[in-house]
Amino acid sequence: MNKKHLLLLCAIFSLIVVMASCEKIFPPAPADDRLLDGPVADLTGGQNRQFLNGDIAFNDEVFTTETGLGPVFVATSCGSCHAGDGKGHPFSTLIRFTAAKDSTGNTVLDQGPTQLQNRAIPGFLPEQLPRNVPFSKFTPPANTGLGFIDLVPDADLLAMADPDDLNGDGISGAVNWNKIPPYVTIRKNTVVKNGLYICRFGKKGSVYDLLQQTATAYNQDMGITSSFEPVDTYSGLEIDPEVSDKTVNDVVFYLKTLKAPIQRMPGDPEVVKGKAVFIRIGCESCHKQTLTTGTSTIAALSNRQFYPYTDLLLHDMGNALDDGFTEGSAKTSEWKTPALWGLGLSKNSQGGRYFLLHDGRARSIEEAILFHGGEGLKSKTSFQGLGAEEKSSLIHFLESL
Amino acid sequence: MKGNLIFILLSAAGLCCRAQINPDLLKKPAGDTTGLQLNMDAVYKRPFMNLGKTPVAVGGYVEANYQYLNEDGISEGHQFQMRRFTFFLSSAVNKRIRFLSELEFEDGTREISLEFASVDFELASLLNIRGGIIMNPIGAFNQNHDGPKWEFVDRPISATRLLPATWSNAGFGIFGKQYTGNWVYAYEAYLTNGFDDKIISNSGNRTSLPATKENRERFEESFNGIPLFTGKVALRHKKLGELGLSYMGGIYNKFEEDGLTLDKKRSVRTFALDLNTTLAKTGTFINGEWAWLAVDVPETYTEQFGRKQAGGFVDIVQPLLKRRMLDFPDAVLNAALRLEYADFNQGTFSSTGTNIADHVYSIVPAVSWRPSAQTVLRLNYRYQWKTDLLGNPPARTAGFQAGFSTYF
Ligand code: HEC
Ligand code: HEC
Repeated sequence: MNKKHLLLLCAIFSLIVVMASCEKIFPPAPADDRLLDGPVADLTGGQNRQFLNGDIAFNDEVFTTETGLGPVFVATSCGSCHAGDGKGHPFSTLIRFTAAKDSTGNTVLDQGPTQLQNRAIPGFLPEQLPRNVPFSKFTPPANTGLGFIDLVPDADLLAMADPDDLNGDGISGAVNWNKIPPYVTIRKNTVVKNGLYICRFGKKGSVYDLLQQTATAYNQDMGITSSFEPVDTYSGLEIDPEVSDKTVNDVVFYLKTLKAPIQRMPGDPEVVKGKAVFIRIGCESCHKQTLTTGTSTIAALSNRQFYPYTDLLLHDMGNALDDGFTEGSAKTSEWKTPALWGLGLSKNSQGGRYFLLHDGRARSIEEAILFHGGEGLKSKTSFQGLGAEEKSSLIHFLESL
Repeated sequence: MKGNLIFILLSAAGLCCRAQINPDLLKKPAGDTTGLQLNMDAVYKRPFMNLGKTPVAVGGYVEANYQYLNEDGISEGHQFQMRRFTFFLSSAVNKRIRFLSELEFEDGTREISLEFASVDFELASLLNIRGGIIMNPIGAFNQNHDGPKWEFVDRPISATRLLPATWSNAGFGIFGKQYTGNWVYAYEAYLTNGFDDKIISNSGNRTSLPATKENRERFEESFNGIPLFTGKVALRHKKLGELGLSYMGGIYNKFEEDGLTLDKKRSVRTFALDLNTTLAKTGTFINGEWAWLAVDVPETYTEQFGRKQAGGFVDIVQPLLKRRMLDFPDAVLNAALRLEYADFNQGTFSSTGTNIADHVYSIVPAVSWRPSAQTVLRLNYRYQWKTDLLGNPPARTAGFQAGFSTYF
């Protein structure tokens, strides 16, 4: 065989190798149940387009000095704190505090909570946390399935609430009554009490809807003003919008249509056993498995049962989790039950390790459970009383979520 | 047709070719021998064609390719790209004064840049003056970036996303060379316009020297009035190969305007090491570059923007067959491999004390066929792991790239 033939053969051989192995030679797409991002099923073409616009604004749009960042800020993009729409990291944890006293000793509590602007563009100084003020750290939560949560009727929340523990099960559960900004869209059949509305987003449950959450995130987290939140965090003055209404609305649509996390191996015997333990020891009294949405123009969200493992209510979690800081009508010891869906995928967005609870202090699921006090004390004690096998099934179940 | 012209890469691979070249225009310095061409000589050693009997010579190269890449199961599909179309124009103003230029069209006409346009005055072999738009000699790739010289469709990540290749600026400087036996020593030193605050104010959400290239005004005026210094020393042994050490440093921010102080002066410093050699026994060509970058990012800015970056690449090119193929008398078939790494943020999180990841690795096996030294047809397979800031599971990209690049 001469070399010409050899060459030809080589060429043909490599071509065949290439074509035959194409399938294997590309990285596979992770299974849907291993990803938190991605839209709910059955969006229309137009809705998919708006989802993608929101996706880009949320994940790829990075603010710079020229596009309005700061002057003081906490991060440069939504995606910096909500990587892959999963939970955040101490790096993206923010601090809110209450300026209890000003320098003359006057109480200025009516100013309400303030978010610490701990970073600044060159030439500006970031804020320092004042000494001796109550504050809380907030680690970013996952942003999944928020459209479902948004659609739970107020009446359902009130039906689950039992602020005075009339049923005597040791678990009260209250909604956060709070003032709302003028730009939010009032929910159908919303319940109003003395001008206060039932709020549900944020770890203190103090935010009414996803538009308020988004507009304040632009404003407070990145120093980006919008027509909704036009006041610059640094100067306290109203300035021109730095993000368009369209972009804000696209991001809200994106948040609303992010799919609910999909449980992995729900039929696994360990998982099934763990779930039974979860219900038996009272976790489900707060981490409610099933909620139902009202009607929506987005078919995939309308009148659906979904499984977030939260009641969206505030619970007294005891002294250890009481930072002395609060928002709305929540007490300082009260936190909104976090959804447990997607819990097992947390590490994939937290740099391979868990940072659980509102401030990321719990470094494992077990540690998070052991921090439960107050209304959660009884189920925590039951957890401590479990045998090693049941404990492990329970953790197994939680990791499958 | 006089004189053997050897491109740096190909010479290493032992490939010689004869090209049209004006001996006056691209006069070889005394003592130059085929084994002693440095990366800094690359701009002179391009295949030029003379325009009749004038002292003007033209040349250029084109690169086009097809690619199919897939990131975590999602592909942008089949892409055809005309990455570069570059023109060289040079002229010998007189025996010791030469003009060289390079005009590049990237991705069609999306980006048109004058990469190089300088006048060189040769006072002595050891002392030449160069002025105009010059290519800052940081690392080797920036000086020696012509597509046809490489077996890979993509330019090295460390050269284009850590270092800002191709990076050129308006400025002046000096360079020179000394030959002694089997050795050549060379130096270059330039003052040019430099970087701007896009380094830490860019939409990539990370420290990026290349982001400065978005500023088209940098050829016209310096962002802050402080020159960027670039210096390089290189030495080459006829048999052993070449070693280059280079430094580029300056101030990137606008610290004052109209006499008013805006900020303190913030530095950007880069250091690069480049090496290339050909193993005599096997004809294997090894070419690598490593770069270290330090940027004075304000303490109070986000940690997202790295204070230190580092990375590099090594290319291994093995000629497999050198013979007449399909009527090309000096054709060569190569197998090649590139390994590359870039860490965009070498810091640690102040909140946890753990490493900030933000890095990328890739491995690129390749086959290339050179019908002649000026032309390369290449088939690459790329596998790349990109890890975000927090060190979450990497995004994996893989796929094929096939294309050609040729001088014309
Ligand atoms: C500095 C990091 C940071 C940035 C930037 C950021 N977020 Fe958040 N996000 C958080 C934290 C921390 C919380 C929890 C706050 C709370 O509980 O009150 C949160 C909460 C949320 C929630 C509420 C989720 C829930 O379950 O109640 C949504 C929605 C949200 N962010 C959307 C956004 C959008 C949209 C952007 C960009 C416009 C953004 N975030 C930018 C850190 C960030
Ligand atoms: C009284 C209501 C209540 C009960 C009962 C309860 N939890 Fe919780 N759980 C909460 C609240 C509220 C938080 C958030 C506290 C915080 O962020 O500081 C929480 C946090 C968690 C977290 C951390 C989630 C995250 O995203 O950071 C896990 C895991 C958890 N609970 C599991 C359990 C398990 C398992 C049980 C049963 C043993 C249980 N909980 C019982 C209210 C409850």
